[in-house]
Amino acid sequence: MNLAHDGHFCTFFVHGLFFGVEVSRVQEVIRYQRLTRVPLTSNIIAGLMNLRGQIVTAIDLRTRLGLPAREGEELPLNVVIRTSEGAMSLLVDQIGDVIEVDESSFELPPHTLIGEARELIRGAYKLEGRLLLVLDTARALDLAEGAN
Amino acid sequence: MNSDMADVLRDFLEESRENLDQVDIDLVELEKDPDAREIIARIFRTVHTIKGTCGFLGFSTLESVTHAGESVLAALRDNTLQMTPLLTSALLQLADAVRDMLTQIEATGTESAVDYSALTAHLMELYRAHPAVPPPQKSPVPAPAPERAGSAPALASVPSSPLASNPALDARPLISPVPAPLISPVPAPRLSPEPPPPRLSPEPPPPRLSPEPPRPAPHVPVLSAQPPRVAPMQAVSAQPRPQPARPEPASHGNAARSPAADAGGGGGGGETSKADTSIRVDVGLLDKLMNLVGELVLARNQIIQSRGASGDATFQGAKQRLNLITSELQEGVMKTRMQPIGTIWNKFPRVVRDLAASCGKRVRLEMEGEQTELDRTLIEAIKDPLTHLVRNSVDHGIEKPELRVAAQKPAEGCLRLRAFHEGGQVNIEITDDGGGLNSDRIRQKGIDNGIITAEQASRMSERELFQLIFLPGFSTAAAVTNVSGRGVGMDVVRTNIERIGGTIDLQSTRGLGTTMSLKIPLTLAIIRGVIVTSGNNRYVIPQASVLKLIRLEGADALRQVEMVHGAPVYRLMGKLLPLVRLSQVLSEPSTSDEDVVNIVVLKADHRQFGVIVDSVQDTEEIVVKPLGKHLKVMSMFAGATIMGDGLVALILDIVGLAQRAQVVSERADTRGRGDHQEVRQAAEDKRQTLLIVRSPGDGRIAIPLARVERLEEFPRTVLEHAGSEQLMQYRGEIMSVLDLRTVLVERRSPSRLERAESILPERKTETISVVVCVRPEGNVGVIVDQIIDIVEEALGQPRPPGRAGMVGSVVIQGRVTELLDVDAVLRCAGPNAVSLAPRAMEAQA
Repeated sequence: MNLAHDGHFCTFFVHGLFFGVEVSRVQEVIRYQRLTRVPLTSNIIAGLMNLRGQIVTAIDLRTRLGLPAREGEELPLNVVIRTSEGAMSLLVDQIGDVIEVDESSFELPPHTLIGEARELIRGAYKLEGRLLLVLDTARALDLAEGAN
Repeated sequence: MNSDMADVLRDFLEESRENLDQVDIDLVELEKDPDAREIIARIFRTVHTIKGTCGFLGFSTLESVTHAGESVLAALRDNTLQMTPLLTSALLQLADAVRDMLTQIEATGTESAVDYSALTAHLMELYRAHPAVPPPQKSPVPAPAPERAGSAPALASVPSSPLASNPALDARPLISPVPAPLISPVPAPRLSPEPPPPRLSPEPPPPRLSPEPPRPAPHVPVLSAQPPRVAPMQAVSAQPRPQPARPEPASHGNAARSPAADAGGGGGGGETSKADTSIRVDVGLLDKLMNLVGELVLARNQIIQSRGASGDATFQGAKQRLNLITSELQEGVMKTRMQPIGTIWNKFPRVVRDLAASCGKRVRLEMEGEQTELDRTLIEAIKDPLTHLVRNSVDHGIEKPELRVAAQKPAEGCLRLRAFHEGGQVNIEITDDGGGLNSDRIRQKGIDNGIITAEQASRMSERELFQLIFLPGFSTAAAVTNVSGRGVGMDVVRTNIERIGGTIDLQSTRGLGTTMSLKIPLTLAIIRGVIVTSGNNRYVIPQASVLKLIRLEGADALRQVEMVHGAPVYRLMGKLLPLVRLSQVLSEPSTSDEDVVNIVVLKADHRQFGVIVDSVQDTEEIVVKPLGKHLKVMSMFAGATIMGDGLVALILDIVGLAQRAQVVSERADTRGRGDHQEVRQAAEDKRQTLLIVRSPGDGRIAIPLARVERLEEFPRTVLEHAGSEQLMQYRGEIMSVLDLRTVLVERRSPSRLERAESILPERKTETISVVVCVRPEGNVGVIVDQIIDIVEEALGQPRPPGRAGMVGSVVIQGRVTELLDVDAVLRCAGPNAVSLAPRAMEAQA
């Protein structure tokens, strides 16, 4: 089975929402690393972390999506995404499985979806019992767009 | 093109480029000394080799241009043509044309369609003009050969009798598949009374496309007509073209030439061994190695800081070895990336010559310290700023000959480039003996441009006025030339220099000249940084920007930070130092105690300012890593690094910090007004950076900063003893320690000394100030009473020393200061310690 195929998604949860990113875009998933805050930047940038000697910028997906901040003791996880400018990390609440989806179950986001999320969600796969939201990683990681 | 051919082409391009750079230098040199035979020979050889290889590779345009140049050079070499500025310019143009064509060939694999026939014609015209100079008797009388002029202009005035007797020459046009002007590969040079130039080559022959095979078989010259077109690949190593050069001297029967040629050949052989010991390495590979070493340094730092298994002696030993090996490896890899600054300077003789000629000036360029090395990334970074400064000096600095003569200066101006290492930095000075900066005009210009008010201008010192030229849009050039004076420039130069952690300073004396002094770090990849904290975050401040660290404690702490109109300042040595709070600049909460103030005194844009941080932790060697693009837009951070504990720390960009805090926009020059006086006197003196420490009593002792590795403060308890030696553990090693108090002979009577001491604030006995000095056998810690200051001074002749261990006495900052004889004092430390007094006395006797 070729996991790099488009039909496979690495899934995760953010504020109860079920997201997916194409497996081919994901470099790795690692547990929370201590972050160094970068002053004077957008609050979307959670900080910088050391990924085996490489400095990686971590983006808090909750802030990016305009969702309420994380509460409690639980630490987020890093979904490290490959980009043309090196790796970047998305902070998510929880990791799900890698799943294969049926292309025919894809649908564009509903018109009722508004705000930040509308920009960042490419569409949804109708799975049994729930929806898998496809995250537009390029947009999610584009800080110029997300700056507030 | 098959891969062999591609190799040949690549070698050719690479080699030709290097040779052309040398040609530029040589031509300018030759203009000064038109009789330098070996230079002519070298230029000739380069042009000849390019021509030959071009023919071989089928670049006919390039071949015909170089051929024309070769003819001119041959005439020069045979003394049938005299060097003139016009000729130099034409030959320089030739070098440019060839360079352009090579670039084109590299990019596209074919020659450009640009027409160089005008240049060719120009060269030929100059060449034909040559009979104006009487040929020396040694060389055959050049016989005009009108019958040939039509078909082969290059051969037109070549002495034809020996050639005519050569049946090959006659045969050539018959079999040549190309137009006549291209063919003559055996023009005048073959007749030269000189040994064949290739023997004089400083370059070892490249392995593939050897331009001069060591022992050429006397080939039938016919082959050389256009062999490449027909020759199979094996012919490459035979390189038929230049071969005929060899038999000819012999055929002339001039026996005197052979020994010379052989001697030259022997020299060439010596050079070959140099080629055996050096190889070309891909820069990408070096960069990768550098990155890996960077990782290793981080890992080393992490291991050294880890406390686990610290009791295990084996582990301790391994740790120390790792530490040493890493440092050595880092140094070694760093060295591989080093290039001599001469690689940029090589371009300057040409730049200066062309520019001086176009401005109608006469300028002599002197260079000192071309071998001074720095990292290749830095070489790239300072290339443009340096070129700008050099052009500026020629264009604005040095006056026209008539003005110079009127000012009783030699008509020829002098531009001096000097580079040297000092205190872990590369210093570059660009000095001209021109008219100097006109402070009145700068003042007027500043007022006209609305940069300063008339009232401000009247209060500004000369030195402060000079700083204005570094502002954007400021130019004092009376006329805008195509070279400079457009008002973009000095600010860009300064920004570019400061971007790489360097500084630029300017000294100028009206009528006598201007000196620009640049200080450049050796490398950018690994730097020494001061680790500070602010609002729970750690930041790195590049140590190159740090002038000093100040810690104010106790009840006074806050009182010593005074407010001027809401802006905090601190009195630093009698001058007001503007302060900014790092947490405030970064909009972070501060976590510092109220009764401790840590000030890091920084220098940016020629101004000093203090940054208040929550704490100062340590200095550390850090590996600079770039920030992602999204963070680069922030001028506040120069990069990031990974600390020993694996966490990321941001590196502060001092210029960005200063700008954000708006300290540098203030006009107050904290460097004070007094020092332009001293600048005036010292324009020519050698300036030295000195560490001033307090000696026993209230005396002052200066130590050259070049000998100082670090300044440290330790609790007195770090001192340990082994035998009679005083030692301490320092950075994983055992370091000898000596106390200046016990080493130096005190000449004052105890009562006088006591009196001198009593007027000083009580000496803190629980801590010691240690100056870590460098010497080949290992560093030595020198305990001093107090570290006072670091100054840059032009030292005059010191007064003879009053006691052993001193070089003499000089006046620094208006006070008599003893100059420490570092070597003599350091000899008192370590296992082979020698006591100071007898030895020094011997020396005096």
